[in-house]
Amino acid sequence: MAEAIAFYALSVLILGFAILVVSTRNTVHSVLFLVLNFLCVAALYVTLGAEFLAVIQVLVYAGGIVVLYLFVVMLVNLKRPPETHQDPRRQTLTGFVLAGLVLGELVAIAVYSALPPTPTGGVASVQGGNVERVGYALYVDYLIPFEVASMLLLVAMIGAIVLAKKEL
Amino acid sequence: MITPAHYIVLSAALFIIGVIGVMVRRNIIIIFMSIELILNAVNINLIAFSHQWQNVIGQVFAIFVIAVAAAEAAVGLGIILAFYRNKETVNIDEMNLLKW
Repeated sequence: MAEAIAFYALSVLILGFAILVVSTRNTVHSVLFLVLNFLCVAALYVTLGAEFLAVIQVLVYAGGIVVLYLFVVMLVNLKRPPETHQDPRRQTLTGFVLAGLVLGELVAIAVYSALPPTPTGGVASVQGGNVERVGYALYVDYLIPFEVASMLLLVAMIGAIVLAKKEL
Repeated sequence: MITPAHYIVLSAALFIIGVIGVMVRRNIIIIFMSIELILNAVNINLIAFSHQWQNVIGQVFAIFVIAVAAAEAAVGLGIILAFYRNKETVNIDEMNLLKW
């Protein structure tokens, strides 16, 4: 029962903040709603027994990525808001239609692959804590992908520095 | 009783909100934030099934998704800054240098 209450409350918060992120005019407000959205998603991870992911979510998303976004929003000081420029050929309706098509596709996949609900066992009954198990899987079974991911981050860092240089 | 279907619906709704943001908004920073929403929807799915099967590998893949999202944000925002320095705009309708 408590699980259901937490799930529905967090779902409403997540979807509400997501809608605000997409619909707010002011970009700074949009970034702040994104932080709230990430925090609610982190709370959802906690209810799912993924504490390590929740901490990573708060640190990397709410702490790192969002600060990056805020910096860019502040650096890109908009003298004229981008939404005022109206492109006559712009097809907002087509965008909504395409998004609706993606929704239909997702619903079709969910309907076709609907499996009967199997009861989930208790979370805490598994050996070792969540961090321990994630760390074991990450450093033993998925060591090579982990190193590749670190390589990707290095390349992204160098790329971002090169792109943000004064003369490109 | 919360089943994986509930999480799939939540994740699909978040995904669709992100897709609508990408399709409809013109501010490229908001489009990037919508992409982050989409990646979050994917992560919710991964964690929900990791919980369902009591298997930690879903969480490992969610970590990889977060790493890719961080890389994407860094490079994307670098591109935005470089573009803004040249054209003084963040409107994607004016970003058509590579468009036939």
